Amino acid sequence: MGKDQKPETKHSLEVSRRGFLTGAGAVISSSIVAGTESLQGARHPSGVNVFGPAKVSMTIKINGIQRTVELEPRITLLDALRSDLDLTGAKKVCDRGTCGSCTVMIDDKPAYACSILAIEAQNKDVRTIEGLAQGNNLHPVQQAFVENDAQQCGYCTPGMVMACKALLDKHPNPTLEQIKLGLGGNLCRCGTYAGITEAVLESSRNQTSRVLKEGGPHA
Amino acid sequence: MPKYDWPKMTDRQVIGKRISRVDGNDKVTGKAKYNSDVNLPGMLYAKFLRCPFPHARVTSIDISEAEQIPGVKAVKVIQGPGKEIHWALDDIAVVAAVDEATAEDAIRQIKVQYEKLPHLVNEDDPQKAGNRLKEPSQQTKGNPDQAFLEADVVIEGEYGIPVITHCCLEPHGQVIDWKENSMTVYQSTQNVSGTANQYSQPLETPASNIRVIQDYIGGGFGSKFSADSWGLETAQLAKKTGRPVRNFLERDAELFVAGTRPSGFAKIKVGARKDGTLTAWQADSWGTSGLQGGGVSMQVLPYVINPPNVRKKHTGIGTNTGAARAWRAPNHPQTCWLTFAALDDLAAKLNIDPLDFYRKNLNLTERPDLYEKQLEKAAELMGWQKKWHPRGSQTGPIKQGLGLAFHTWGGRGHDSTVKLLIDPDGSVSVSLATQDIGTGTLTEIAKVVAETFG
Repeated sequence: MGKDQKPETKHSLEVSRRGFLTGAGAVISSSIVAGTESLQGARHPSGVNVFGPAKVSMTIKINGIQRTVELEPRITLLDALRSDLDLTGAKKVCDRGTCGSCTVMIDDKPAYACSILAIEAQNKDVRTIEGLAQGNNLHPVQQAFVENDAQQCGYCTPGMVMACKALLDKHPNPTLEQIKLGLGGNLCRCGTYAGITEAVLESSRNQTSRVLKEGGPHA
Repeated sequence: MPKYDWPKMTDRQVIGKRISRVDGNDKVTGKAKYNSDVNLPGMLYAKFLRCPFPHARVTSIDISEAEQIPGVKAVKVIQGPGKEIHWALDDIAVVAAVDEATAEDAIRQIKVQYEKLPHLVNEDDPQKAGNRLKEPSQQTKGNPDQAFLEADVVIEGEYGIPVITHCCLEPHGQVIDWKENSMTVYQSTQNVSGTANQYSQPLETPASNIRVIQDYIGGGFGSKFSADSWGLETAQLAKKTGRPVRNFLERDAELFVAGTRPSGFAKIKVGARKDGTLTAWQADSWGTSGLQGGGVSMQVLPYVINPPNVRKKHTGIGTNTGAARAWRAPNHPQTCWLTFAALDDLAAKLNIDPLDFYRKNLNLTERPDLYEKQLEKAAELMGWQKKWHPRGSQTGPIKQGLGLAFHTWGGRGHDSTVKLLIDPDGSVSVSLATQDIGTGTLTEIAKVVAETFG
């Protein structure tokens, strides 16, 4: 199987809370069995590749750039981003797939970075909040957040912005119900939901459908 | 000091105008660096071993294996053999290691034995609190017994509001950068100006050698005024290892040890005349602020409205839970609920619209004229006349209701000292020790300065 093809096996871990939790047993035993083709792990008697517990080199495409890091296989994508790559926009709040503060885009889908291992993010396209604006030009969702004061302390904001972007990619003209559903995985403790809803509605009105269909300035 | 008056409301150029937050762009792009985002070269990660029991005594602790783990730079026992632990997740020992995962490994290698002790963590039923009940305090005003006898309508009920946690999205914590005899504290705090002094004595360092940096804070809600035991331990580790040390609480610890709001439960009895005039209030309340008992303060119960005849009694209950902290208008939200839930029940029994009921009793408040205007405005904005309906007028399993309550708080503006710099190009920059907890302080200060300079 080529490097760019996703292995369609049971080891191809979906980026979902449940997927992570069912895989977590392997993490706790501090080595991991992963469907990762770009690494050569030790051959386990059961016939699968085993990585760790020591650090291994892994390459992850983040905001369009291939980044190589030496990490233990048990390290989450969120910890890798925040501690090893100094991309601290995604926040560690609950660290258990509940609050959405660590939301990033993986292969154009919103995902909780706390609930995927860094090693699993290889061969995927990871986009973080740091890669959303183009230079000083804010993405329309970011602009709408500023103009509608859709933030207070701002700690949920990066995750919330990414979730809004994902929502608008999927529903360029969302209904209130779609907004509630689309942002249901992100919590704001200050209570800025009204401003956030307004920001989503405004950016859906303001954005040209072209930008939306192309997935924003980074498509 | 020269006298300065603000321009008239209509002449103001900036204040009162809608302006986007000055830090809005930084917050939406992820550029805003919170102290939990601080990564310093050579930084160690602190992790705490926490007691899993709400009440226990440490009988033995062995850190020798933890110390042997490669990458572990320090292990320290905080509460060793003989120490009585009064709430779950209290600190037992702390580790500093080169990364978070290694610190966690080390924590797992510490062997502790506990003697479990009887505990109480639930205070909603005082009958079950036994020797955890504190000495009650009582107050009486007027003649409540006579007033209840003469009242046309009396309601009695039990009302309550449990302990809740602040749950700041950014947990409590800090990065401490120790250099020789000085330190930089990157602490998630709503008390920038009061932080250096808290580290000074324990770290044997003059406060003038302690720099506190706080650019962004991910929520505080009253819970982030202290360096906390974990902050001082982190600082000691930085001093001991000579390296920056980072400690931010995990979510479970954040919820268990970093602050709660006191609970308030009460058996309440209220009396009124037929025309809705409130005459008597009696409350037998209880609650907890943690080990010391406490609970919601009866000083503000009943809330805002004070009938002429009042009897109140409050009993604190000591629980094996983390200590309470200030929470956005301490005691007010709880007593607001207890008071107006009971008064709404009374209005229902009187068969009077609560809006009319409160209007009728405004003379029992400190600000009848102001509240009259506010009630009118609130009723208009809420669509009270259209939406409110008497109880029992809806059918089906799902019912909707509308309520009214008063709230008050003594917060207000105050003078402060700033350092102000005017550059040759006419730009003005201002510095002062404060924090923008999300309420837009940075933006408002910029607005005040801009207005002042015209």
